[in-house]
Parts: sequence; C-alpha cells; structure tokens
Amino acid sequence: MKSHVLRPLYVAILVLAVALIVRQRLVPEGFGAHERGYMYGWHNMNDEQFWKKFPVKYKSSDYCKECHDDKHSSIMRTPHGVIQCENCHGPALDHPNEPPRLPIDRGRAQCLRCHYPLPYPTSGRQNIKSVDPEEHNPGAECSTCHDPHNPNLEGMK
Amino acid sequence: MMKRRDFLRYSAKGVAGLALPISAIEIVSPGEIFADRESGTRWVFLVDTYKCTGCGLCVKACKLENEVPYEANVTRTWVERYVMTKEGKVWADTPKGARDGFTTNKIDLGEGRFQDVKNEEIQKAFFVPKLCNQCEYPPCVQVCPVGATYQAADGVVLVDRQWCIGCGYCIMACPYGVRFFHPVYKVAEKCNFCYHRINKGLKPACVQACPFGARMIGNIKDPNDPVSKVIRTGRVGVIKDEYGTMPQVYYLGLSREVV
Repeated sequence: MKSHVLRPLYVAILVLAVALIVRQRLVPEGFGAHERGYMYGWHNMNDEQFWKKFPVKYKSSDYCKECHDDKHSSIMRTPHGVIQCENCHGPALDHPNEPPRLPIDRGRAQCLRCHYPLPYPTSGRQNIKSVDPEEHNPGAECSTCHDPHNPNLEGMK
Repeated sequence: MMKRRDFLRYSAKGVAGLALPISAIEIVSPGEIFADRESGTRWVFLVDTYKCTGCGLCVKACKLENEVPYEANVTRTWVERYVMTKEGKVWADTPKGARDGFTTNKIDLGEGRFQDVKNEEIQKAFFVPKLCNQCEYPPCVQVCPVGATYQAADGVVLVDRQWCIGCGYCIMACPYGVRFFHPVYKVAEKCNFCYHRINKGLKPACVQACPFGARMIGNIKDPNDPVSKVIRTGRVGVIKDEYGTMPQVYYLGLSREVV
C-alpha cells in the first residue's frame, strides 16, 4: 500500500497514543470502577481520606467537663442538663488554645427555640413550658432574670 | 435487494452482538455484592419525630461543623414543620431550614407571605428532621457523569470536591432534595452523616446537638446496636419508598402528609 494512504493512519495512532498518555497522567490513582461497577462504583477511592480528615469542631459536653466540671455538674442537675454546652457557647474548636474565649449566645431567640409556645400534639414541644415573647418582658435578655444553668424558678437571679 | 432469510440472520447476529457487552457488565449481581458486604459497617439513621421539638439546634450545629456558610439559605439538614387543621388543610414550612428553630406559630409560605393558624384549629402538628438518606441505590451517584459522587463501603454517599464539575445532575436526581451547591466551593454538597466524626467514633454533630434524642445513628450490621435493633424489630418508615432507592434514614412516627 502506498505511504500516502498509511500516513493518516499513523497520525491517528499518534493522536490516540498522546490522548492515552495524557489520560494516564490526569486521572488520579485510585480512580476507576470498583466493586459496584460503573453505575455505583466509579470514583476515586482515595477521596474518602479527604472527608475522614475533615476537622471536628463540636467536642461535646464531656470535653468541656474536663476543665469546667463545676458548671457541668451543676447544669446536669437541672432540666437543661440535656442541652449540650456547645449549643449556647458555640463549637469548642481547639479551645482553650484557639479560640481562648467562646462567644455565648444569650439572645432571646436562643431560648425561644424551645420556649416559644407551640403546643403541637404528638411533638416533643408540647411538654416544654413556654412564654409569649411579646408579653413576657419584651426586649429583655432572658438571662437577666433566669439562670440558664439553673432554669428552675427558684434559681431566679 | 436483501432476502428475508438474510435479514433475519443479520438481525439475530446484531442483537446477539449488542447483548454481549451488556451481559459483560451484568456478570456481577447485586446479590453477590451484598453477600460481600455482610460484615463490617453500614451506617443508618433513626429519627424519632415524637421527640423532636423543632428547636433547630441540629441545623445550627450541622452548619458550623461542616462549614456550610451560616447566612446562605442552604443546609445539609433541616427540620420541617407540618400543621394539619381540623378542616383538612396541610401546612408545611422550614424557614431557613429551621436554623433558628420555629419561633412563631405563623407558617412561612415564602416570598414574605405567612399563614396564621390558630392553636384551636390544629388537628395534628409535628416536626420532621430531614437529612441525606444515604440510599442503598443512590440516584445521585448513578447520574454523576464524572464519578465525583460515590458511595463508600459503609454506605455513606460522599462528594469528591476535586472531581466535581458542578453540572448539578445529582441535585436534580435526588428525590429528597438534600443536595445543593456549596456557595464557596461551587461543587455539589450534601449530608454525609458527619463522615469525619463517625469514623473517629464520635456522633454526627446533629445527633450530639439534639437535646431530646430525636436523632440517632447506628450500624445496621451490628446486631447489638440499639438503633439497629429498633429498625429491625420496631415499626419504622422511610420517605418516598416507592422510588426504589432504599433510603437508610428511618423514621418513627411518620405520617402520610410527610413528603
């Protein structure tokens, strides 16, 4: 066969070879159709590590207890003991190193998450004592009178 | 002109030839895969809607834990409120995904419109926390054209942020509407049961933040796991079962109105 017939074939093979080499370089190791096949298993196996290494921010009340045992044990004796410290004090992150102080959510809205009156039957909400925020000292911070760590009315400031 | 005999012969060959590559893909049956996956971990979630008070502390914790921009109106988990009146009307809302809870009895209809429902008109009302169902047959994974979203061996569906091209197919494919674009990374984002936490032996941020134990996580393959026991022996429901996705977030106290 004449060379001018074969020439385009050589070009095609070269283009294919370049494409395969580039693909080899670009596609990360671990990428492919794994045990569940192309429909569910086509992915990069190594990406799981990215999500496993994601930083943890909420450390739980047990972490807080290590230093603030007094606060922890006092709130645990009250109905507010079910609330995690970080729900009001924010995520601990690397406290006490960073941040050295945690911001406290003292707003009325924080208390009203549970204590706004919504007497919905068959929801946990109906069992929680509530106040109408428009009539009960509007504008005042709840913690001015109530101690969030001792919410019983005997614990009023 | 082709003879009828030849036409039939070529057709038969053509069909057989086309069927061959398809049969090559089908060699691995789902049964075999599940047999391999009998041991180990399969994360499942249990929501007790009776216990939920709609405080939204789970949503707040989720957004902060998973670095989902706090002010953006997107969230990995949210809480829906359902209010059914004695007249038979069904109202549902989830303002800001209930990030700040429900601090009004007015139903948020969107676009600044609110529906006032008097307490005495209410027949039935409750809260339903929502999150990714980590389906056994995830449609979002099926439709991803680049293999950026995938299911880990423990059942959790993850998004590869390096590989996602942001086409949004998965967002449209999810019957539960749990996916969205991450406002910062511009890639698909979703709940992954706090994969970083459950792999360290911690509970997901929403589970830990819930003061009432309405959210629970467990391993369905562990016969001694309390959550697994409830799912296997108790009366639990799932959302949109008819889609065939086999969702793995189970609900106690689910109602017909919940979609």
